[in-house]
Amino acid sequence: MTVSQTSPGSHQPVLEIQDLTVKYRGDTRSTTAVDRVSFSIGTGEIFGLAGESGCGKSTIANAIMRLLRDPAEIAGGSIRFGGKDVLALGKEELRRFRWQDVAMVFQSAMNSLNPVMTIGDQIVDIYTTHAGYSRKESLRRAAELLELVRIDPARLKSYPHQLSGGMRQRAVIAMAVALKPSLLILDEPTTALDVVVQQEIMAQIKELQHQLGFSVLFITHDMSLMVELSHRMAVMYGGRIVETAKAKDIHAAPRHPYTQALMGAFPPLTGPRVPLTGLADGVKFSNIADLQEETPGHFVAPLPADQSAVLEGARS
Amino acid sequence: MTVHSKASESEVPALEVSGLVKDFHSGGLFSRTTVRALGGVDLSIGRGEIVALVGESGSGKSTLARCIARLEKPTAGKILLDGVNVLKRDRFQASKDYRAQLQMVFQDPFGSLNPVHRIGHFLTRSLALHGKAGNPAELRGRLDGLMTTVGLTPDMLNSYPHELSGGQRQRVAIARALAVEPEVILADEPTSMLDVSVRIGILNLLRGLRDRQGISMLYITHDLASARYLADRIAVMFAGELVEEGESLDLLANPAHPYTRLLVSAVPDPARTGSYDPSARAALRAAVMEPASCAYDGDPQQPCSATAPVRHQVGDPANRHWVRCHLYRPASAAAGNALATDALEDAHQDESRKAAVASA
Repeated sequence: MTVSQTSPGSHQPVLEIQDLTVKYRGDTRSTTAVDRVSFSIGTGEIFGLAGESGCGKSTIANAIMRLLRDPAEIAGGSIRFGGKDVLALGKEELRRFRWQDVAMVFQSAMNSLNPVMTIGDQIVDIYTTHAGYSRKESLRRAAELLELVRIDPARLKSYPHQLSGGMRQRAVIAMAVALKPSLLILDEPTTALDVVVQQEIMAQIKELQHQLGFSVLFITHDMSLMVELSHRMAVMYGGRIVETAKAKDIHAAPRHPYTQALMGAFPPLTGPRVPLTGLADGVKFSNIADLQEETPGHFVAPLPADQSAVLEGARS
Repeated sequence: MTVHSKASESEVPALEVSGLVKDFHSGGLFSRTTVRALGGVDLSIGRGEIVALVGESGSGKSTLARCIARLEKPTAGKILLDGVNVLKRDRFQASKDYRAQLQMVFQDPFGSLNPVHRIGHFLTRSLALHGKAGNPAELRGRLDGLMTTVGLTPDMLNSYPHELSGGQRQRVAIARALAVEPEVILADEPTSMLDVSVRIGILNLLRGLRDRQGISMLYITHDLASARYLADRIAVMFAGELVEEGESLDLLANPAHPYTRLLVSAVPDPARTGSYDPSARAALRAAVMEPASCAYDGDPQQPCSATAPVRHQVGDPANRHWVRCHLYRPASAAAGNALATDALEDAHQDESRKAAVASA
């Protein structure tokens, strides 16, 4: 299955994932965390990956960064970045690939800052180690970087604890884009933050994306946030993609019952109160079939007949 | 769906909090510092009414919940259940009577059920402690009834907590609260730790309990969308005090306090286009932190005051929508949250940008 929808920016894909399968191997049994997942992200495109805890979305992010450790292993498929085979990169190539080509911001990344180094020193570190700039040049660039995310450059001398959670997260995002990567992976970047700060961070990311033109893989379980930010998105369940389309199309007409349940979990803020239904406790989907194109650009995994019957029963 | 509460003005509210103050002390013998977490909160919940308390972390909403649940001792103020001041009645800790009137549902269904007991144990214990167990046949009937009420099957009584999903566990926690037939349920972020696809089911269950059994609820959340979905009224908390309160749909359609407007504008809503305007947001933040004017200035009925928390009525009185006068500043600014620091930062940035424009 190839997903070749039109995306803003160029049609040239930055990242192409084909039939990626990741397994966690145990002594007695192994679990398939990601099961034959394929998608691609175009230049300058924001691609959202939605799903609940345990659906495999973070495993995909870690697979792209080649951060998977035992007992996880990539059991099949390919990851190509700008034509390069990511899974075949050597040690030195991998070091360059991370941060320079692809950067990642983790869920509570703001807590990953070194507490005994100033923000400035931590940013300067990136430039001197990865780009080979002089300390003076690095400092100048570090100041620019902070301005980019609307933090006063005087904060270069601050320690992480002197910054609010939102500011720390913005600093981490600034550090992630320091080397102008072509892909930024955001794994639940605002989950640990308050709502007011959350949207400001997302707006910041959108603005940065506009200025620097990188592509984004945006991972979250918050469907409203995802629809607002992403161009295209995919919904994952049990290691498989159950639906993928333009974010606006999924918002307007979610087709898979799981997508509908996720959407229903976020009641609208305007209009009359309409009763919503979620997924009943204990409803599980199994043997998720390959995606089929239902309308142009809108791919959905068809439900086996017996499962749709169970679902109808659970709803009433 | 009815949105009107069954409470009328003349009735005694199911739960009423008045002038509740909570100070936390820290420091040693000579350097005592006090943080005022609650600065005189007045809130009432009518019979069969669901009121949502919303605010960001650090706003004091959980402290209020803990005071009402009698897990913290308030510094001052009254908590009235059925018109009786329970702080006077049970001076040191909550009595069994109090627990029979008010029950809690906590955020974490994984931590609130002891893993070594079967589901039946939790419910039987609640019933037995409050003398509602009866003979074995009656007990069996009550247990089955409770399970059915919360949408579980009676055969799950023999399950252990780890065999249930998060949503099912939260239903057990709700069944346990229901076992004592309370008048008020205090639900502190009951869905925030659940998988998103089952959250709405829990909200529907809570609403159903109100509709069928007339239980009053205080629903504490940071999620405005779910508050609007579930609650008849919403009260907004900022820095330990209520700043606005009103009928849910009206409050969110016409937010009057800058802090409420800030919260509303921060909710992602795909239906809204161009919902984020950085300069409007910065202006709102600045307005929350340093008020210059009040929109209700000049109203002879409710004159503004910088020293007393005047409540201005907003729109139709039927919506019971009021906003605290915006000129009023509490003496102790407990706004030790991210809003303050970030607002200053933004203001600084705006100045430096203006300077850059001027020099160019």
